[in-house]
Amino acid sequence: MDDPSEIQTFEHDVLVIGAGGAGLRAAIECAKLGYDTGLVCKSLLGKAHTVMAEGGMAAAMGNMDERDNWKIHFRDTMRGGKFLNQWRMAELHARQAPDRVRELEEWGAVFDRTETGLIHQRNFGGHRYPRLAHVGDRTGLELIRTLQDHAVHQDNITVHMECKVVDLVKDGDRVSGAVAVWRDWGRFVNFKAKAVILATGGGGRAWSVTSNSWEYSGDGYAMAYAAGAELMDIEFTQFHPTGMVWPPSVKGILVTEGVRGDGGILKNSEGERFMFNYIPERFASETADSEEEANRWLAGDKAARRPPELLTRDVVAKAIRAEVEAGRGSPHGGAFLDIASRVPAEEIKRKLPSMYHQFKELAQVDITQQPMEVGPTLHYFMGGIRVDHDSQETAVPGLFACGECAAGMHGANRLGGNSLSDLLVFGRLAGVGADAYIKAQTGAPVFDQVQADAALKRTTDILNREEGTNPFLLHEELQEIMQEHVGIVREKAELEAGIEKLQALKLAVEKVKAAGASQYNAGWHEAIDLSSLVITAEAAARAALLREESRGAHTRLDFEDEREEWGQVNIVVGKDGAGEMSVRKEQRPEPPTELSGIARASLEDLEGSTDG
Amino acid sequence: MAERHFKVWRGDAGGGQFEEYEVEVEDGMVVLDALHRIQAHQANDLAIRWNCKAGKCGSCSMEINGKPKLACMNRLSDYPEDFTIVVQPIKAFPLIKDLVTDVAWNYEQNKRIEPFTPRPRGADGEHRMMQDDIERVQEFRKCIECFLCQDVCHVLRDQDRKDAFAGPRFMIRAASLDMHPLDTADRIPALKEELGVGMCNITKCCTEVCPEHIKITDNGIIPLKERVVSRYYDPLMILLRKLKGLFGGT
Repeated sequence: MDDPSEIQTFEHDVLVIGAGGAGLRAAIECAKLGYDTGLVCKSLLGKAHTVMAEGGMAAAMGNMDERDNWKIHFRDTMRGGKFLNQWRMAELHARQAPDRVRELEEWGAVFDRTETGLIHQRNFGGHRYPRLAHVGDRTGLELIRTLQDHAVHQDNITVHMECKVVDLVKDGDRVSGAVAVWRDWGRFVNFKAKAVILATGGGGRAWSVTSNSWEYSGDGYAMAYAAGAELMDIEFTQFHPTGMVWPPSVKGILVTEGVRGDGGILKNSEGERFMFNYIPERFASETADSEEEANRWLAGDKAARRPPELLTRDVVAKAIRAEVEAGRGSPHGGAFLDIASRVPAEEIKRKLPSMYHQFKELAQVDITQQPMEVGPTLHYFMGGIRVDHDSQETAVPGLFACGECAAGMHGANRLGGNSLSDLLVFGRLAGVGADAYIKAQTGAPVFDQVQADAALKRTTDILNREEGTNPFLLHEELQEIMQEHVGIVREKAELEAGIEKLQALKLAVEKVKAAGASQYNAGWHEAIDLSSLVITAEAAARAALLREESRGAHTRLDFEDEREEWGQVNIVVGKDGAGEMSVRKEQRPEPPTELSGIARASLEDLEGSTDG
Repeated sequence: MAERHFKVWRGDAGGGQFEEYEVEVEDGMVVLDALHRIQAHQANDLAIRWNCKAGKCGSCSMEINGKPKLACMNRLSDYPEDFTIVVQPIKAFPLIKDLVTDVAWNYEQNKRIEPFTPRPRGADGEHRMMQDDIERVQEFRKCIECFLCQDVCHVLRDQDRKDAFAGPRFMIRAASLDMHPLDTADRIPALKEELGVGMCNITKCCTEVCPEHIKITDNGIIPLKERVVSRYYDPLMILLRKLKGLFGGT
């Protein structure tokens, strides 16, 4: 174990953990409010998963269709989330997203333009109007680079790269900092802070078919849970309908919804455009019911309804799965996504350059000539750390959460494009929340070295123990359990068996062994992340078992369809007095009357609305 | 399943050597997949930097059979079956361990470039730009910061003049700001002096290795050099500036 005297210490007003879109935006806000801000990232700056976001960020700017406004964006978001969204968060998001997009432009983002020179907006699933500000199909790169370039020029932001936070430290109830390890050199570091903002993203790495990179191990969930915060709606894990399915080494890598937004259609092995068979009643009146109408929509006929390929992600993912189950899948177990026969080759290359490149290089498929093979991939956590809807504060005073790691905004299913805007809106609001919290505090919290040392010992034990299991193999085992037992469709016996397997795995993870020294040791990093992954996996599995209905991204074979009584409750996961995981139903408050009215209004009532 | 032979650099700043590995491979695998397989089954502590596995984040830069590449986009099928694949870290930056180098210097360069400074918005609150006018800048903004261009740049790699030249990546960064239709800052003096655009001798090695196919030299560095030349070395401009100075112009 390192000599404690070798442990570095940094003192910041605010510590932001995670440097994707949400973390960067939160740090910028804190810096702007005058706080000395530490920004910690597990990877190099600018490599977070935000960089992989392709399609765009949703904001009702109305550049393409002036009928659009925040109320329709809000309505789309609530309907997409099957009304389980936190009402106020969905409202704040819809209202503030346009300003966040303009702000990015002010900081140097170069969005694609309309013919009149405004920000171009593209169509996406579940959005009534073209609403996604984008840069071809590499919008996430534009977002993260713009924020990164803006952040590094703020004097009061210090970026700590390749640094993994292993635990939070508290002073009584309130948070007082965190303990971390430098991944490159293997030394430990204490961060003392008045407030901590978690922006750690999701936990997709618990599944074997996922679009997520290695970083998405649920660190924020595990740390918040351990510190006494609650997790909410964590059973809602989004399977994006279109991940690559071949070759095996790239299985799960994302294929942007922009392919469908720009005209791509889904076909089965019989050549049938099958999505017309899967239109849910809720969306029937707003979805084209014939290829002829869908084609008119693509040609720009504003009276035509949207094609069924642009239904929400939960619907499309389940439809692809059903086609494969029925024996109508593609050769490698997916569906065909065809844009080649719909859009001229040059236009595909211009609008979807990164998809063209990705398929050409990784699958040797030319998407301007051939269809892609696609299938569902674990992409996003709708649920996460429970936060106050205005301040983003968790149940632990001084601990905030924003972006994918926070719950509430997306309900049971997230609309494409709502994530990038979520990162910006709630990243900023977490900074504002931290400001209010710090101003209300008297005296800086005390950093408890005993807690820090305990976290350090837990972490170094992995290196020091004589023997134990290979962390990479344990991770594979976890991924297989989650893929098999907590997949796109779920049922009681499967979930219970999965939870049982997770208990055994948890014990093995406690005895995991990493060979070698502490310097840039991949096995050690893997082993440290495993402890977050198992907590995330168990929370998701237990919540999935409790929710006895099918809603949005959570599908139970034994409880088909939405059930009204379950629409009134959230599932909350926390740590009980004995240190065990407890899962409970909690009644949702009555929705605000005005918002409820908007969410259930007809489009005609809302189009052209400018008030509020 | 076939087996393939790999030689991977193992070691740190204190020294190291190539280690040999036999790896079970399957159809469609890339070099990064093979390295992950080595890591999971034969060498748990093998240091690799990677994230997206789809050529979008620029983390897994390394030298594969002598060529700077992203390991996630380099298919094994690009090499003959009996060919030994040799993997080593990029050379222009100090080694941390195995395939990971210390690239922090690059992040320092970005801070030296004056940030985006937009003109005011129009009366309607909008910034208007035409698509044709932003395409050059959008090309530069495709950069994923893999630093492969920095790795092959002779000024940084062979001459080790990091004190005099910020490197191709940051020429492109400066160009993306300087050619931005909304930007008002003047970066030409900095490009001439501390960022050192004059150091580039246009061998175009950076352009050749760019995984995003950005024409770094032709579209970025050469136009920047021209801007510096017309500011500082154009005789007519020098005369005009002198005259302005003489007659008190600004």
